[in-house]
Amino acid sequence: MMADINWPGVWAIFHHEMMRFFRTIWQSLASPVVSTVLYFVVFGAAIGGRIQSVEGVPYGAFIVPGLMMLTVLQQSVSNASFGIYFPKFSGTIYEYLVSPVGWVEVTMGFVGAAAAKAILIALIILLTSFGFVGVHILHPFWMLAFLFLTALGFSLLGFILGLWAKSFEQLQIVPMMVITPLVFLGGAFYSASMLPPFWEAVAKLNPVLYLISGFRWSFFGLADVPVGVSLVAVAIFIGICFAIIRWIFMTGWRLRE
Amino acid sequence: MTGIIEIDNLSKEYGGGTKALTDVSMSIEEGEIIALLGPNGAGKTTLISIICGLVVPTGGSVRVGGYDIGKDWRAARKLIGLVPQEIALEPFESVLNCVRFTRGLYGEGPDDAYIEEVLRSLALWEKRDAATKELSGGMKRRVLIAKALAHRPKVLFLDEPTAGVDVALRREMWQVVEGLRREGVTIILTTHYLEEAEEMADRIGVINKGQLLLIKPKDELMGEFGGKTLRIELDEPLHAIPSELAGRGLVLAPDGLEISYDYDTRAERTGIARLLGDLAAQGITVRDVSTRQSSLEEVFISLVQEDKAEDAA
Repeated sequence: MMADINWPGVWAIFHHEMMRFFRTIWQSLASPVVSTVLYFVVFGAAIGGRIQSVEGVPYGAFIVPGLMMLTVLQQSVSNASFGIYFPKFSGTIYEYLVSPVGWVEVTMGFVGAAAAKAILIALIILLTSFGFVGVHILHPFWMLAFLFLTALGFSLLGFILGLWAKSFEQLQIVPMMVITPLVFLGGAFYSASMLPPFWEAVAKLNPVLYLISGFRWSFFGLADVPVGVSLVAVAIFIGICFAIIRWIFMTGWRLRE
Repeated sequence: MTGIIEIDNLSKEYGGGTKALTDVSMSIEEGEIIALLGPNGAGKTTLISIICGLVVPTGGSVRVGGYDIGKDWRAARKLIGLVPQEIALEPFESVLNCVRFTRGLYGEGPDDAYIEEVLRSLALWEKRDAATKELSGGMKRRVLIAKALAHRPKVLFLDEPTAGVDVALRREMWQVVEGLRREGVTIILTTHYLEEAEEMADRIGVINKGQLLLIKPKDELMGEFGGKTLRIELDEPLHAIPSELAGRGLVLAPDGLEISYDYDTRAERTGIARLLGDLAAQGITVRDVSTRQSSLEEVFISLVQEDKAEDAA
């Protein structure tokens, strides 16, 4: 299987997508950095001043993993969905369908680039946060692992979204209506344990809670759910996304006639 | 001998039951230029799209260079370059990067010397750093050709290469195709312009309503279906065709100085000698004679009409 992979094809797509990112590097970086600074000002300074600490962690530091996750999720979904939707929109998708690249190469190229961009931006946000709060990362390896797996999972989701979308409106509706609420309700700015028992149970139905919880654990050693459960949840999510993408390319749904 | 492309009983039926292609079979030799002619919606683009991998066939098989397009799709696709009908380019990407990208997709390592050669041959080298959105329509089409050639394909498909292109550019495109022919690239093009098929193709296939009506060497096709017209210029104007010459379908020009006579080159007797003899007997002096082969357009119309007549019967 690996021997069959058209690596120059993967690189061509990956490189092409990254170049698009670097062509507009300042727009790409400025907006997430500015919005992070705003979150720190509003949640960290204004509200955080009244909350003091959550489970022993200063509130300003407590929201750093949540902010990074919010950005990774938004960036992964929007980069991957736009990446594959744009060729569909401009008509250049034909090239991917007639050249010797299969679903594995196309997915690796687009999703790899989207995830790389999202991780890069998340790390820049982490650097920015150092300017506001003192953040100590307890498990740096697991922090990077969660970052990578989350970026991968949500880039795959964005890729599916881009394959499914038939218009720019559809492309925007899922991030707006689904991803952002899930992140806010997934404990980006609070611990699920702060909720009443009933709502804590409801919150645990939200898959994003497991991501943020695992990620926060890598920073502070605190988690809403066991870390193993978080990892399994991410792995299942990634597996399902791969299966859907494979099905789309095999059947040619919304790609081939 | 096996052709570089072997198409066997290829069919495509869409979900609604529309038959876009019915049992099309043909064999294309290496180095040939084939023109596929047909009215809009005849199935030309469907045929090309199946071979290239854009459309999934519902029946039959295609082999390119001996590789089945379904089972050995990677090997088959490496041999093919496609220039699509619609101009589709990344608007903000430079010409050079567009071509490099396609080469990468086909699994080839960088080869800037070859890409320069391709861009120069298509008069695009000076524009290599320009974003594609800044180019004229003709240039964009040439960029599509450059992309299709980026991996040195053995077979090039040109889907309506000169649709919406002005006459000068069309000539330019023909020269490009001629250059590719000299390099031994097999070319399959679809066109509405019969002049184009006549100018470039070795063999012409006529497609109508998803069926391949025929595929023949151009000269043979023209000879078989091509009636000829004999034009007889007269010394003195005639008021009318003399009654002795009636019943032969002669047409007199409005100025009375030319008679035209349609004849069939395949007929045992063309009637030319008899006509000239009869004119002399009538005391009509002939100044000059010339013949004209009917154009492919007329051949094509007569074929499609025959097809319609068969349907009606």
